[in-house]
Amino acid sequence: MGSFGIPLFPEQASTFAQDIDALYLFIVAVSAFFALGVSVAVVVFGIIYRRRHEGEIGARIEGNLPLELIWSIIPTMIAMVMFGWGASAFYHVRTPPKEAMSVYAVGKQWMWKFQHLEGQREINELHVPVGRAVKVIITSEDVIHSLFFPAFRTKIDAIPGRYTQLWFEASKVGRYHIFCAEYCGTNHSAMIGWVTVMEPADYQAWLSGGGIEGTLVERGERLFQDLACGSCHLDTGRGRGPSLKEIVGTQVALANGSTALVDEGYLRESIINSQAKIVEGFQPLMPAFQGLISEDNLVALVEYVKSQSPSATTTAAAAPTAPPNPPPPGKRN
Amino acid sequence: MLDKLELPERHYLNNGHGLKSWLLTKDHKRIAIMYLISISAMFMLGGFFAAGVRLELMTPRGDLFLADTYNKFFTMHGIVMVFFFLIPSTPAVLGNFLLPLMIGAKDLAFPRLNLLSLYLFWIGIVFFFYALFSGGIDTGWTFYTPFSAAVSNTNVVPVALGVFIAGFSSILTGLNFIVTIHRMRAPGLTWFRLPLFVWAHYATSLIQVLGTPVIAITIVMLFTERAFGFGIFDPTRGGDPVLFQHLFWFYSHPAVYLMILPAMGVISEVLSTFSRKTIFGYSFVAFSSLAIAVFGFIVWAHHLFVAGISTYSAMVFSFLSFSVAIPSAVKMFNWTATLYKGTISFEAPMLYVYGFFGLFLVGGLTGLFLATLGIDVHVHDTYFVVAHFHYVMVGGAIMGYLGGLHFWWPKITGRMYSEFLSRISAIMVFVGFNLTFFPQFILGYMGMPRRYHAYPDEFQVLNVMSSGGSVVLGIGYLLPVIYFLWSLKHGAVAGPNPWVASGLEWQTASPPPTENFVETPHVHGEPYEYTPHVAREANLV
Repeated sequence: MGSFGIPLFPEQASTFAQDIDALYLFIVAVSAFFALGVSVAVVVFGIIYRRRHEGEIGARIEGNLPLELIWSIIPTMIAMVMFGWGASAFYHVRTPPKEAMSVYAVGKQWMWKFQHLEGQREINELHVPVGRAVKVIITSEDVIHSLFFPAFRTKIDAIPGRYTQLWFEASKVGRYHIFCAEYCGTNHSAMIGWVTVMEPADYQAWLSGGGIEGTLVERGERLFQDLACGSCHLDTGRGRGPSLKEIVGTQVALANGSTALVDEGYLRESIINSQAKIVEGFQPLMPAFQGLISEDNLVALVEYVKSQSPSATTTAAAAPTAPPNPPPPGKRN
Repeated sequence: MLDKLELPERHYLNNGHGLKSWLLTKDHKRIAIMYLISISAMFMLGGFFAAGVRLELMTPRGDLFLADTYNKFFTMHGIVMVFFFLIPSTPAVLGNFLLPLMIGAKDLAFPRLNLLSLYLFWIGIVFFFYALFSGGIDTGWTFYTPFSAAVSNTNVVPVALGVFIAGFSSILTGLNFIVTIHRMRAPGLTWFRLPLFVWAHYATSLIQVLGTPVIAITIVMLFTERAFGFGIFDPTRGGDPVLFQHLFWFYSHPAVYLMILPAMGVISEVLSTFSRKTIFGYSFVAFSSLAIAVFGFIVWAHHLFVAGISTYSAMVFSFLSFSVAIPSAVKMFNWTATLYKGTISFEAPMLYVYGFFGLFLVGGLTGLFLATLGIDVHVHDTYFVVAHFHYVMVGGAIMGYLGGLHFWWPKITGRMYSEFLSRISAIMVFVGFNLTFFPQFILGYMGMPRRYHAYPDEFQVLNVMSSGGSVVLGIGYLLPVIYFLWSLKHGAVAGPNPWVASGLEWQTASPPPTENFVETPHVHGEPYEYTPHVAREANLV
């Protein structure tokens, strides 16, 4: 969109792009009303009440309480409308639907790495199907980055040491910018790429064209075996580590008396910094994998553990209301 | 009439000569002059870096500077302008010069502490120059971790120490102002007879005293992590990189109000004088300054809406952010109403006030977009934000500062500058500013991220407009240097009250004597009183 050759809006290529633009135009209209109102008033007063000869003195008007109330209360009410509309739009933008498909993103100086569950890995390119909710789970290998899709009107920071997420449902086939929005060093402005929105059939064809290493879960399973995770995490619950069956989406009781929701972030932390949240009844025996496993592999491992909880399906956070598992009987060695 | 006026025989500028009489002075007015010279030099340095940035962005490809050089340019532009120009600007120059004069005092409460503030500021500048000449810094003025703590190999530590030390200058100035306003008011000058400039500086001082220690602590943390490897912000050592952002903005958001509030104080003074009217809703304008200072402390997390904070805490901070808009709107409406039935004249200071209205309106209203969560997710960290904060911190704060400088220049130096050139300058600043920064709102909504050395081709037209405007803006900012310097020798003698202003500072000679008032003034009337009596005294009728 644009006028006189000057573009004004980026493409609207996600389901919420139009809502965000509508909210934007609403605030533009309110702002224009107040800006013009005050500007016209000061200019008109400046002309009408210009000083005509040197001895003039302005009228003695000290204030007016009703006016003060009016111009405090009306802007407050308008601001509350903006707040409410903005908050509800934000809630929508921040809350992925349960059925969203997951893609993992890792930012590093200076590239975006994407991994699909089906096994495809891309750098500075992301392929997604049109008309399907996509949840991108993001972290960073080094400094803070920010994954920004202007055409989808959303972004989220990629923060080292934790997962953040965003979602979108692309509404229009095409190629759109990916930017890094958080300054990250020398080649910050080269940390850009393209998201390609494809017809579902084309997307399927694209998916089947790659993935020589198998799906993300398969890669995770190999890692699980290579790292010998299974020697402690027995499915029976009688190992030195808790069973990983059907844990995703549940609240687990921790040794320190609190509970934690098992989601991607919890799983990641429990691998990298295994002493942080020990499950009740277990000893802090697991080595910390900080620095020993790349973010890419971590993603595969997390996805494999998630696959052990088929009833939690695609999103970990989808079932936060599930009752906490009874702590497995701890086995001392 | 003007040709009959003569400079007073004895004033603060000729009370002692030579470098020593300046460097060891305890006179708040001389300290203000030294601040003025220091920050003007820093403003030109910051402007030089800005010119480099705008020159590079003329073309989409990064073909003028290396990426690292560009990154250092925008970083040093931000650090110089924020910490070494904007934060001290109005308070340290105009506040320092005028507070004692406006309340009928001989000096600030702690004159030696005031001189110490200046020296701390200079030491901060020395640290910055050390960093500059050993290769600069590339973290952005926000010093975000883990980049600043673990990755950047530039001079983070000396710059951080410079900002840390300059921060103490700010704390001590704030402390000095608070005590001065409480204890040194002239007989009869009750709180609600204080000029609004003083109220604004009181609110500013609260932020300086309460907020600046937080940035000092944050810098110490950054320093210990970078120098000794403490894991405060580094996630691989159990730290939290986002903690830095919370701490940084807990100071740096209020710091924005620290820049704009004193400028708002200037606006009230100039507006009243050039419309010869009392400020409409005096107490609302006064209390809105305090409200802005207080609310300013509870909105910091709106800088973190896309930094992984929870959806609900984002909503709380969005709600609170709107609360700052209300006192700002109240000020704007009261100023507008002040013009009603005034007798308005448009010398340069008033042109700056009108410019402030235009730019602050846009800056303030675009703040609403950023407080609105759904919009912020899209425009966060884009040029929309760059445009917004330049409208507030440059459009608002510098318009106020320059307006104030033009308004009180005859008081400070005893001489008038060229009326014609100063009007030209005010208009060029306003036009150039809008040309430079308005296109950046569109760029931001289009999706151009900030701090980009190179950018996609479709953003070029707007970037060229912006760079073109910055030339006009730059000339507008440089003109005052010329006519102000010219006025020192050749300007017409101003006399004590060239604008027929109502404040106490205009009831003493220009330039004032070292002790400010020959005898302590007694205040009987309300502030901003324009009566036929005042007019007669000023020989108007």
